[in-house]
Amino acid sequence: MGDLLRVTADGLYCEAGDFFIDPWRPVDRAVITHGHSDHARTGSRHYLAAADGLPVLRSRLGKDAPLEGVAYGQAVVHNGVTISLHPAGHILGSSQVRVEHKGDVWVASGDYKDGADPTCVPFEPVRCRVFITESTFGLPIYRWTTAGNLREEILVWWRACASQGRVAVLLGYSLGKAQRLLAMVGNDGPGPIVEHGAVAGMTAAYREAGVALPTTRPAGDGPPPEGWEGCLVLAPPSAQGSPWIRKFGDASVAFASGWMQVRGSRRRQGADRGFVVSDHADWPGLLASIDATGAERVLVTHGQVSVLSRFLSEKGLQAGPLATRWTGEADDAPAADSP
Amino acid sequence: MRDFADLYRRLDVSARTHDKVEALTRYFKVAPPADAAWAVHFLLGRRPRLGVRRPDLRAWAARAAAIPDWLYDECATAVGDTAETVNLIVPPGDGAEDRGLAWWVEERLMPLAGATPADQRAIMLEAWGRLPPGERFVWNKLVTGAFRVGVSRGLLVRGVAEALAVPQSRVEERLMGDWKPTPALLEQLATDDAAADPSSPRPFFLASPLEESPESLGPRSDWQAEWKWDGIRCQVVRRGGRAHVWTRGEELVTDRFPEVAGLLDRLPEGTIIDGEIVARRAGSILPFHDLQRRIGRSMVPRKLLREVPVAVIAYDMLEHAGADIREINLRERRALLERVLGPLLGDHLMISPLLDGEWNEIAGLRASAAEHRAEGVMLKRLSSPYRAGRVRGDWWKWKVDPRVIDAVLVMSRRGSGRRAGLFTDHTFAVWKGDELVPVASAYSGLDDKEMRELDGIIRASGLEEFGPVRTVRPEHVFELAFEGIGRSPRHRSGVALRFPRISRWRRDKPPAEADRLETLEAMIAQAPPAPRLETTGELFPGWPGV
Repeated sequence: MGDLLRVTADGLYCEAGDFFIDPWRPVDRAVITHGHSDHARTGSRHYLAAADGLPVLRSRLGKDAPLEGVAYGQAVVHNGVTISLHPAGHILGSSQVRVEHKGDVWVASGDYKDGADPTCVPFEPVRCRVFITESTFGLPIYRWTTAGNLREEILVWWRACASQGRVAVLLGYSLGKAQRLLAMVGNDGPGPIVEHGAVAGMTAAYREAGVALPTTRPAGDGPPPEGWEGCLVLAPPSAQGSPWIRKFGDASVAFASGWMQVRGSRRRQGADRGFVVSDHADWPGLLASIDATGAERVLVTHGQVSVLSRFLSEKGLQAGPLATRWTGEADDAPAADSP
Repeated sequence: MRDFADLYRRLDVSARTHDKVEALTRYFKVAPPADAAWAVHFLLGRRPRLGVRRPDLRAWAARAAAIPDWLYDECATAVGDTAETVNLIVPPGDGAEDRGLAWWVEERLMPLAGATPADQRAIMLEAWGRLPPGERFVWNKLVTGAFRVGVSRGLLVRGVAEALAVPQSRVEERLMGDWKPTPALLEQLATDDAAADPSSPRPFFLASPLEESPESLGPRSDWQAEWKWDGIRCQVVRRGGRAHVWTRGEELVTDRFPEVAGLLDRLPEGTIIDGEIVARRAGSILPFHDLQRRIGRSMVPRKLLREVPVAVIAYDMLEHAGADIREINLRERRALLERVLGPLLGDHLMISPLLDGEWNEIAGLRASAAEHRAEGVMLKRLSSPYRAGRVRGDWWKWKVDPRVIDAVLVMSRRGSGRRAGLFTDHTFAVWKGDELVPVASAYSGLDDKEMRELDGIIRASGLEEFGPVRTVRPEHVFELAFEGIGRSPRHRSGVALRFPRISRWRRDKPPAEADRLETLEAMIAQAPPAPRLETTGELFPGWPGV
């Protein structure tokens, strides 16, 4: 059986259907798994994506981008190839792309996680013959704690900051991570939640898509009547060390990322705290998700490609690398760690 | 162990002095005496030698985590630290029963020493199964001997002193010399009793680097100038009938230098001398490299004693006739030093000579420091007391400007600890004909931003990978600074640099314009002879005074 999907200079290509998945160059037809910039790039002539993610994609690709939305699980037939999108649990509107042609089924997972996330539809395993998996955190050292523990850790830190009259600045990727953190802390914190402009734009897109999030105020509106002290400020990682962050005065700066699992990364990041929060599957999550697809062949992209391929091969699967240009959220990772 | 692990975490996560002192104070206020003593012991960097082999740890951890050995190795490479790797992959312990630090150390950690691998394995599996992650990480750190946390001796002293509500100077004094981590320790630290241990040295006064011109220090007549010796900083404590030689790392090394120990026993009772141990034969000081052969050897073979005899170069006196004279000014202390040592001077004991001349002449002498086996010049204020620790203002070290070459990056290795996973240990080469030959390895000198940028470049442009090492396309030129240069049969280039470090990223230079081997050979010709120079890029762990 020939390969239904293969990598070309432009992206991951389905020849039978003549379309691309998350192409890195402008193409005629692009199926988009989610709105992060390494997957959703401008310039293509037709985009297909999960309906849930349209507000986010519009804010990334432009409001007049030629976007077509499709509900999860709804099949689209194009040039005799059946395409359907299934929840990937990565961020709002993130999809795995199922491609079926002449009885062969491939699933390209994009980025995914199997853990709980109140801001998006949970990951759903899809049976297939060939599964294309990411491997951002494909090492046994990456095991995420429960959402409950995480929420508690963040709230304890925020309250400690508030009681010391300090500002709690939480850095996380502006699309997906920030909204998940928002939903996680909810209205239970000791003070108002303030958003950096880059985060606020994405939060607005989430609200437009119907995701319930706690009240926030834009940092640009200036301090609340009680001052910045006790506030939780959500900002993208690029804000670290910037003049923008200094306006909050005495701040404890925390970084929310899966990379924070490793002490060396935490220390390099130079933040006061590191919270281990990722929108990618951890090691047990990758293995369980791959297993649930029942795939006989697994193609591994961005991350720990050689490690995961070898491990799966030793378990008896047909596994190998697939050289894509997807990187994971580049500014989420401490630069040096991005695979 | 929970409280100690919590203290460790607090010290580890915060870079703020205030937070660290507060965490220490809080811990020492409530810790049981037995736990507190071990905490002081470990936080000061004392490490037990337990003889647990890394390959064993790796095998036990991989089995416990149910992963193959190669996958353990991949994890270890990404993490860069055995203790943390094990902690992250082995399923977490239940943490049901919280035993104190002292219990874990005395009942479990110490018995690892001398135990059979099977018994060691049983202890390790028990600990991994019982300790929750934070405590287990600290446990592993103690086992691997890699227990380090961002707390200086000074901070520890502050924290303990605040917890005990006693002056810092008292704690600092009590912590010098030989003490044991017994439950009585904290009480001893709080006691104002100088006779606690007769052999104890005093806190060393440390010089700061002079960055301005010496004219900025004021009139020359206010200052004493001497060579900055390239040896091992030491204090000789003659109390209780015999002499004790302490290094700045607070190691008692009297027995390693028998040729000076006997002589120093003849010092008058109640004397403390500050000075430097150097290798000295037939009246000439030998390169530091020779002295290195004596470091770490407690039994000195007779042949080595003949080839590399040592001497103490004294430059200060802290105690005279049993009285603490640190508050007396340097001019008077020096006079006392000369008077007391006068009758004993000889091959194995000398007084650091004073350098004469105006500032410009001192600058000239500094330029010739290498010929005198010195690293530069020390400038000490004549009116100053002998202070404790690194206090700026009275003692300046004015080291010789390092020499530099431009070399091409050819190979990188992943670092460990703070540099874990990053390509940070670099090998540099110079041109020999149209071939690049490695001359030095260096890892320090780049700031964090440059370090990450270079790591990204290496990942993107690496040629071949051998385990943690990657060969790199020779495209990037760096200026390396170094302290010494010599011939080395062990390097293909035949040349080795001493203390090489990256001083600048020469983005402006194409690789073709990097230095040639002939240039380096010419530098050797100018340098004073320093045979068999073998060290490249390695400092000397445990010898911070050098």
